[in-house]
Amino acid sequence: MDALLLSRIQFGFVISFHILFPAFTIGLASWLMFLEWRWLRTREGVWWDLYKFWSKVFAISFGMGVVSGIVMSFQFGTNWAVLSERAGNVLGPLLSYEVLTAFFLEAGFLGVMLFGAQKVRPAVHFFCTCMVAIGTLISTFWIIAAISWMHTPQGHVLNNGVFAPGDWWQIIFNPSFPYRLAHMVLAAFITTCFVIGGTAAWHLRRGVQRDMALKMLKLSIAFGAIAVPAQVLVGDQHGLNTLQHQPIKVAAMEGHWHAGEPGAGVPLLLFGVPRQAQERNDYQMAIPRLGSLILTHSLDGEIPALTSVRPEDRPPVLPVFFAFRVMVGIGLLMLAVVLVSVWVWWRGRLAESVWTLRGWQLLSGSGFVALLAGWWVTEIGRQPWVIYGLLRTADAVSPHLQPGMVMASLAGYASVYSVIFGAGIWYLWRLLKKGPQVGETPPELGTPGAGAKTPARPLSAADEADIAQGARP
Amino acid sequence: MNPADLVLTAADGTAFWLPVAWLGVIGFGVLMYVLLDGFVLGLGILAPLSKDSDQLDHMMNTAAPIWDGNETWLVLGGAGLMAAFPKAYALVLSSLYLPVLAMLLGLIFRGVAFEFRFKGRGIARRAWGAAFSLGSLVAAFSQGVILAALVQGLPMEGGHYSGGVWGWFSPFAVMTGLALVCGYALLGAGWLILKTDGALHQQARGWARPLVVAVLGFMGLVSWALPYLDSRVMARWFEGSNVWWLAPVPVMTLAVAWWLWRDAALGPRQARPHDARPFLWTLALFALGFAGLLLGIWPYLVPPHLTIWGAASPPESQGFVMWGLVFLLPLILGYTGWSYRVFRGKVAADAGYH
Repeated sequence: MDALLLSRIQFGFVISFHILFPAFTIGLASWLMFLEWRWLRTREGVWWDLYKFWSKVFAISFGMGVVSGIVMSFQFGTNWAVLSERAGNVLGPLLSYEVLTAFFLEAGFLGVMLFGAQKVRPAVHFFCTCMVAIGTLISTFWIIAAISWMHTPQGHVLNNGVFAPGDWWQIIFNPSFPYRLAHMVLAAFITTCFVIGGTAAWHLRRGVQRDMALKMLKLSIAFGAIAVPAQVLVGDQHGLNTLQHQPIKVAAMEGHWHAGEPGAGVPLLLFGVPRQAQERNDYQMAIPRLGSLILTHSLDGEIPALTSVRPEDRPPVLPVFFAFRVMVGIGLLMLAVVLVSVWVWWRGRLAESVWTLRGWQLLSGSGFVALLAGWWVTEIGRQPWVIYGLLRTADAVSPHLQPGMVMASLAGYASVYSVIFGAGIWYLWRLLKKGPQVGETPPELGTPGAGAKTPARPLSAADEADIAQGARP
Repeated sequence: MNPADLVLTAADGTAFWLPVAWLGVIGFGVLMYVLLDGFVLGLGILAPLSKDSDQLDHMMNTAAPIWDGNETWLVLGGAGLMAAFPKAYALVLSSLYLPVLAMLLGLIFRGVAFEFRFKGRGIARRAWGAAFSLGSLVAAFSQGVILAALVQGLPMEGGHYSGGVWGWFSPFAVMTGLALVCGYALLGAGWLILKTDGALHQQARGWARPLVVAVLGFMGLVSWALPYLDSRVMARWFEGSNVWWLAPVPVMTLAVAWWLWRDAALGPRQARPHDARPFLWTLALFALGFAGLLLGIWPYLVPPHLTIWGAASPPESQGFVMWGLVFLLPLILGYTGWSYRVFRGKVAADAGYH
């Protein structure tokens, strides 16, 4: 294997691993903001107990997001030196703004949020939670701006292959940015929503803190009932935007190799196995004209076919095709579970409906799968370009990289990430299994700085005792 | 080319000053990282000296609320370098592939250990303690190696790195790596003297003086080796009358070292100077060493190949972020300082998990 392929595998691996945690913490931070707001308004202990429980989950996920994120900020230089050299003028400032406006904000207020509840006034503590939550969203803004620019570049000046910024407004608000941002933020929220709802269903079935669990489940259903249909609409719009700017990616998503007869429309493939070399699909199951209806909102609309461009300008179709179906399939399952839940809730049988609870439990981690599948669609689908139409991935890799060296680093990341991912999942699972505890100490009321000499406890946001009991059956 | 000529050829005011200002920003970011994450990494380096698991809890507890913010300065260094000097970012990171990899893997273990160590029991707990310690050690040593490779000069041919996989390796790099390990350990000891009481405080005072000796020894060795390096970048120090103009830096270093030695002393509680002093003197020692380094390599980013003007991104890129920095950096320093203030004072030994 050459250094290019190894570098691509490595980048795909480290970024796929990384994105799981920010996506989860984007949703969790806003959820924590909501919980603490409820606690401040009602002063009911249950809200604070829930806050403490989920802040422990947040701490583990955030820590894993931070350490895997640092890898990302160096990855462009180590393996993609040519990309950095040519596009650093545009991408670097966007990433710098992410650090300045988001990472510092999150990190600066995280300590007080996790460890300082007894050291500041409740309102100040809530402010810290808000800053962390807003930080996660600002971070999404900048990173999606950078990624979207690579998909739909504009506002730059190209000199001898080097991109220089022309108009920053155009660079940031490039054509695919608003769609991608909305799609990603909703995806993060929905992923988190299903973890919360799934955990609540699990607790309801096991009889762990039933009142709190029911509260969480109802909130998840209410949120999902708005967010999941919204995501269907946003996803549709994002797809149309992609069709406009990256039609070949859409052709790969649809497995659409050849232009059909005029007026015949594009079918929707339910299943198929794309063959890149033969330029066709095997085992195809198709619904006529439905592809046209979805993509062009008409029955006989045409979309560009894969064979309309040279073979070397086509993305690998198979992974894009399947990842797209996984994402959409999970999305439809989520929609079904949410709609059934609303109906069961309306009939007043939510806590007893085993099948509804099972549905939530089954889908509790599905958001992560859908999220990864969606990213694979968009990132594999834009190949062979790293900056769409302007810089090929093959030309962006660091010169003089030794394959053995990249092999070593890939093996290093793979083994290290397996260890910390395994441990992290295990600790998260134990924490979630144990569930929220009743009677967590709320912030000291009206005595700012009273704890100046008290230790910063607990040591880590989720400590040993929190999960030790959780391990018991 | 003589650096002075390079300065003169950069005629336009903005094109001259923006990269200079950016060098200041990156330098400040790196210095903040070295000082702030330095003491946290130092805790990891000192971890094997802790008496038992409870004492390691105590050590990690002093940094638990702030380590993440400290590490963010490294991310600023990375992103800022890409924004302002993309050529240097691309060249340095792709050339120093393995040391950068080692640093990142070390930082991963160090970072997750803060969360995971308190969740495991028995062997898992000890394993995450070891991960904290080894991760810190590897990260610190790799940072020293990266620094050494830059000071030495990267082997280049035709504008590209030509050193291969191990081109950055040298006895000098090993020495600098060890020097940084000792330096961070000293920062960590100073931090423990400041933030703890009782047995751990006593131990930290016991570690401080030997570490001062080691750090000064390494500083002397590195300074002695500099003129013999191929890059000759540090040669400025010994050219003509420069050594007299630059003399305040080593003189102040020696003075600070003396005060540090004095204030790190063991002795009866009442007779001891303020607990913050050893830490503050160590910060000063690092700042002076960093200043000496910058004076030596100016105006290069990757000596002797890339100057700050040669590596600079266009003014549209540098200026765009500079505007944000002017407003955001004071804000960041403000709330970071506030966060430290919230957790001010000694962290008690019984600050256990419950």
